Amino acid sequence: MVQRGTIDLWVGVFAVIGLGALLFLALKVANLTSIGSGVQSYVVYADFDNIGGLKVRAPVKAAGVLVGRVESIALDTKTMRARATLALNSEYRFSKDVSAQILTAGLLGEQYIGLLDGGDEVQLAAGDKIDITSSALVLEDLVGKFMLSFAEKPTNSTE
Amino acid sequence: MPDLLYPLRRVGHLVVEGVWRFGFAMRFLFLLLINSLQTLQRLPLLIREIYFAGVLSLLIIVVSGTFVGMVLALQGYTTLNSFGSTEALGTLVALSLLRELGPVLAALLFASRSGSAMTAEIGLMKATEQLDAMAVMGVNPIARVLAPRFWAGVVSMPLLAAVFNVCGIVGGYFVGVVMIGLDGGAYWSQMQSNVDLHYDVVNGVIKSVIFGVAVTLIAVFEGVNAVPTAAGVSGATTRTVVTSALVILALDFMLTAFMF
Repeated sequence: MVQRGTIDLWVGVFAVIGLGALLFLALKVANLTSIGSGVQSYVVYADFDNIGGLKVRAPVKAAGVLVGRVESIALDTKTMRARATLALNSEYRFSKDVSAQILTAGLLGEQYIGLLDGGDEVQLAAGDKIDITSSALVLEDLVGKFMLSFAEKPTNSTE
Repeated sequence: MPDLLYPLRRVGHLVVEGVWRFGFAMRFLFLLLINSLQTLQRLPLLIREIYFAGVLSLLIIVVSGTFVGMVLALQGYTTLNSFGSTEALGTLVALSLLRELGPVLAALLFASRSGSAMTAEIGLMKATEQLDAMAVMGVNPIARVLAPRFWAGVVSMPLLAAVFNVCGIVGGYFVGVVMIGLDGGAYWSQMQSNVDLHYDVVNGVIKSVIFGVAVTLIAVFEGVNAVPTAAGVSGATTRTVVTSALVILALDFMLTAFMF
């Protein structure tokens, strides 16, 4: 039979290791400091003609730096455009005429929103809408355009 | 006609028996919860059971976690390499461990290591009429024997799963960065930017708590309901491991469908 004190000690060690592991997962693996958990953020909206493959929780970047995440995506039934709700880190402020475009990380990578700051003195406030947006590059559209121009070329040359 | 209907009757019998057992198990869970106030007031009992259920499982959890992480990294590397995206290895290892493999494998190991031991111990106590003796002496066997084991499992399971996850991630780091030579910074930073605290870590912990409740409930229940003979106890031990494994996998599928 193991002694009471030894058992207490080992259970203490076990609890410390287990809680330490949880803490490690929270801090080192999930990175508590990243946006989306616990960090103060403000919400702005952006309407796009086509969001392509943008997903909820996709990153929002300015100059390549992660400044927020896409919180939700919905279809505005009046304008029939996609409305993306962005949660931006309160540390970062942008001018009111900031522009948003949907970009792709690499050729096959995930899509994210890139913000390009404007020159307006007035700052973008919570609940504002980003007016200048450009849609996602949809590969099928691009190929379609290319094929169209390709098909037109022979007729041009015969003229 | 009776012979033709026999298989059907057999199926019906199994279903009815299954429902009965489930009902008994739920009633038993209710009894455990009612009696656990006394248990929580007597911490040494609980600590002793945590020692047997949790601390003694640490070794197998650490070893299997490390190896699972190492294998994940090796297999993930070969696949990711053909897409030229080996920097996602950290994300792959962390997400598969946190969401699925950690809670499920830790629970399976826990069921076969501690669950079976609990069933055997309680079954033997029942076979040697120790539980009845306690009741005669005015000691509530549920509060004294069963509830501490139940709570020990519920407390130990998430901790063991967390240890499993960390060992797996470190094992993956060892294979990916130290052996294969990927960039260590990319391993961690890709992991950090793609793992969410609430979505991945907390959901994984919720999963392991639920598995802990399920496994220990099955173990204690089978022990108490063991036929009080040598063959009965061995049958109950086997049933604990088999039922736990099936319940863990079924629950995991349902939880994953709800959570992710």
